[in-house]
Amino acid sequence: MQFIRPDINIDFVGKRKLAMIFSWVLILIGMGTLFLRGPNYGIDFAGGTLVQVKFEQATSAGDIKDALKGVDLGPVIVQQFGDQTNNEFLIKTQSSSAELEGLSQKIKTALENVYGSGKVDLRRAEMVGPQVGKDLRQKGLMALLWAMIGTLIYITWRFEFRFGVGAVIATIHDVLITLGAFAVFNREIDLTVIAAFLAIMGYSLNDTIIVCDRIRENMGKHSKDGLAAIINRSVNETLSRTLLTSGTTLLVILSLFIFGGGVIHGFAFAMLVGVLIGTYSSIFVASPVILFWEGRKGQRSETAATGRSS
Amino acid sequence: MSKSLNVRGGVIFLCLVVALAALAPTFFRGDLPTWWNKAFDPIHLGLDLQGGMHLVLGVEVDKAVDSRLDSMVDQVDTLLRDKDIVFKRVAREGDDRIAVTVYDQEASSQVDGLMKDSFPTLEPLTVNDSSGYIEKYYRLSDKEIASIKDYAVRQALETMRNRVDQFGVSEPVLQRQSDDRILIQLPGVKDPQRAIALLGKTARLEFKMVDEDVNPQDAVKGNLPPGTELLYEKHVDRRTGTTSETPIVVFSKTELTGDLLSDAQVRIDNRYNEPYVAIEFNSLGAKRFDQITAANVGKRMAIVLDDAVYSAPVIRERISGGSAQISGSFTSQEATDLAIVLRAGSLPAPVKILENRTVGPSLGRDSIEQGTVSAIVGAALVVLCMILYYGWAGVVADLALIFNLLFILALLSLVKATLTMPGIAGIVLTLGMAVDANVLIFERIREELRLGKPARAALDVGFSKAFITIVDSNVTTVVAALILLQFGTGPVKGFAVTLSIGIAASMFTAIFVSRVIFDYFLDRRQVKRLSI
Repeated sequence: MQFIRPDINIDFVGKRKLAMIFSWVLILIGMGTLFLRGPNYGIDFAGGTLVQVKFEQATSAGDIKDALKGVDLGPVIVQQFGDQTNNEFLIKTQSSSAELEGLSQKIKTALENVYGSGKVDLRRAEMVGPQVGKDLRQKGLMALLWAMIGTLIYITWRFEFRFGVGAVIATIHDVLITLGAFAVFNREIDLTVIAAFLAIMGYSLNDTIIVCDRIRENMGKHSKDGLAAIINRSVNETLSRTLLTSGTTLLVILSLFIFGGGVIHGFAFAMLVGVLIGTYSSIFVASPVILFWEGRKGQRSETAATGRSS
Repeated sequence: MSKSLNVRGGVIFLCLVVALAALAPTFFRGDLPTWWNKAFDPIHLGLDLQGGMHLVLGVEVDKAVDSRLDSMVDQVDTLLRDKDIVFKRVAREGDDRIAVTVYDQEASSQVDGLMKDSFPTLEPLTVNDSSGYIEKYYRLSDKEIASIKDYAVRQALETMRNRVDQFGVSEPVLQRQSDDRILIQLPGVKDPQRAIALLGKTARLEFKMVDEDVNPQDAVKGNLPPGTELLYEKHVDRRTGTTSETPIVVFSKTELTGDLLSDAQVRIDNRYNEPYVAIEFNSLGAKRFDQITAANVGKRMAIVLDDAVYSAPVIRERISGGSAQISGSFTSQEATDLAIVLRAGSLPAPVKILENRTVGPSLGRDSIEQGTVSAIVGAALVVLCMILYYGWAGVVADLALIFNLLFILALLSLVKATLTMPGIAGIVLTLGMAVDANVLIFERIREELRLGKPARAALDVGFSKAFITIVDSNVTTVVAALILLQFGTGPVKGFAVTLSIGIAASMFTAIFVSRVIFDYFLDRRQVKRLSI
C-alpha cells in the first residue's frame, strides 16, 4: 500500500509564505493568550496542595466545595479528574505552609462526614512548597535551554550551521505553539508537560534531521539545481516516511490520551499537539528557514560585492 | 553470508533467552524456583505506581549554627566563672558572633587568651571600649559555619535513617539532595500522617526545673523574669477528646538533654493502664541526673520535648539508678513513636517539609492498568498499520517491535531502573517512534526497487543508506532524554530512562533484528521478490 505516489512533487517551498502566515497566526494566538492569562502552572511549579479523591457515589464539584466549608483551606479549587463516570475530583489550594501538614486528613474527615465513612478514597496528596516550585521552574527552563544548545551543537557538527539554525527555529516554533495550545485550552503545566516538551523537541528534530539528511544527499547528487529545488525534492522524497512515522506516533499518543488516565493526560495532550506541529514544521518551516538563511547570506555578500555603487 | 547469518541469529536468540529469563520474575514470580527469583529482580515500580510517600525535607541549618553559638555562650560562661574572671555578660550577637563584656584591660587579655585556647574556631573581632567596660566580639569563621551546617544535614540524615529503620518500611530511600535538603521515599507506607509526625519531629528532649516563684498566669500576661521561659503542658481528655493547655514557667537553663539517653522503651502503667516511656541514661547522664535530683528534692522538674512540656513531676527523692519515665496522656501509638524518636536521637536542627507527594495504592494499581491498556492498544494499532502499509515487510517490522518491547522491559529489570507512570508513557511513545527506523529502511528499499534493482541489492543499499540517517535522528532524542535525566526528579526521570532505553533497544531491533529476518528469507528460503 502507498499513500504517497513515488513521483509526487508538491511545491512545498513555494507555499512557504502561506506557511509562515499560518505559523505566525498560531504563535501569536497562543502567546497572546499566554500573555493575557499568565501561565497556568500546576502545583509542581506554582507550589500548593493537591488532593485527589474518589467517591463511591456520583457528586459534583459544588457539593464537594460545600462539604469542605468547615475546613479552613483558603481559596479552594475543585475539579473533575479523568472520566466523568469515575467520580474522581482534584481539590487544590494555593497554600503549602507547615500548618497544612494534616490537611489531607482534615479534608478526608470533612468529606466522610457528608458522604459517609468508607465512601471516600484518598488517592493522592501532593504538597509542594513555594521554594521547591521555584526551583523546579528554573530547572525546567534550564533543561529546555540546554536541550536547544545541545542539539544546535550536534546538528552544526553533523551537518552545517545553517541546518542547525533551521532545526532549532523549527523546534522553538513547535514548543511555542504547544505552549500556546496549553494557554488556549487552559491546561495546567506540570513536570510531565516539561518532559513532553523535551520529547517534542527530540521528535521535531528527528523529523527535521531526516529531511536535512536528504537535502545534504541531494546537494551532492543534483548540485546543478538551485537550493530551493533541492529542498523541495528532498521534502517530497521523504514525505511518505514523514507521514507514516507521525501517523504511527500519533496513534500511540492517541491511545495514551484516551486510555492512559488523568495522571498522564497533560503529557499526552502536549505530545499530541507537539507531534502534529512537529510534522508540519519539518515540512514547512525548517527547510524554508535554511533557504531564507541562505538567501540573506547571498544578499549580504552581493551587497558587499556591489559595495557603494548601489 | 550464510555463516554470519547463523552467528547473528545466535546473538538474537541469546538476547531473547536473557530477556525472557530476566522478565519471568516480574510476571510469574510465584511459579518460579527461588534461584531464578534471586538471579533477576522484578521490574522495580516507582512510588506513583506502587503507592508510597515522597518527601523533601529542608534542614533549617541556620538554627544549627544558632544552637552551636548558644552552647558556646554557655561554655564560655562556665569557663569564665571557673577561672574567676570577672565579667559583665556573655551573649550571642546576631547569628555568627558572641559578645563578652568585661570591666578592665586585665580581664580583657585574660579572656583573649582563654578564648584562643578553648575556642580556636572563633575569630576575635574589634573591641568596643566605652563608658567603663570593654565589649569584645568573637565570630565563627565562614568555614566553621559551613562545616556546622554540613554536619547538621549529615546528622539529620543519619537520624532520619534510624527512625525510618525502626518505622519498618521496606526499601526506603534516604538521600541528601542538595546543600540542606533531604529526600526520603517510603514505598507502600500505610499511614502517611504517622510517618510525617515521626520524621518531622526534632525530638529535642530537655529537663528543666520549674520556677515555682512565678505565677504562670502573670507570665502569660507577659511578666516573665529574666532567665525563665514560658512553656505549655498539653492534656488530652481521653473520653471527650478535648485538649487543654496549662502554662508552666521554667528556668531557661537546661539541666540535662536527651543526648545522654541510652535507651527508651514503652511500658504500661499497671494502675491506670496507660502507656508511658521508660528512659535509661548512659553513665554520664545517670551521674548528672543523680546530682540534679539530689539537689532539687521537693521541687518540680519539667520534661520538655520540642518546647512542649510532657509532664512536670515533683522530685520525691534522689534518683541514682539512671532511669526515669516520661508519662503524659499518650495513646500507645504515640508512646511507641516517642520511644522511637528518643532512641534514634534528636535532630541537630528543626526540619521543614518542602515537598510531600503521597500516592495511595489504589491509584497506583489503576495507573498500571491504564498504562498497560494504552500500550496494548497503541502497539496493536501500529502493528496493523505496518502490515497494511508494507505487507510481509510490515510483519518483519512488527516482529522487531515485539522484540523491542521485550528488550525494553528486560533492560529495565537488568539495570534495576524504576518504572513510573511517565516511564510507561515513554515506552508507549517509543513503540510509536520505533517503527520509524524500519520505515526509513523500507522507504529506501522501495526507492531502490523502483530504480530496478534486484531484491538482494535493494535490501543491502536500503539498510546501509538508512543507517546513518537513523543514527543522526535518534541522537537528538537521546540528547533530550539525557538532559531530562539530569534535571528530572522522580517520575519524570522514569520517562527519560525508558525513552533512552527504548531508543537503544529500537535501534538494535530495527537495524539488526529485522535485517537478520530479511536475510533469512532471502538467503535460506530463496525468496526472490520482496513484499514491501
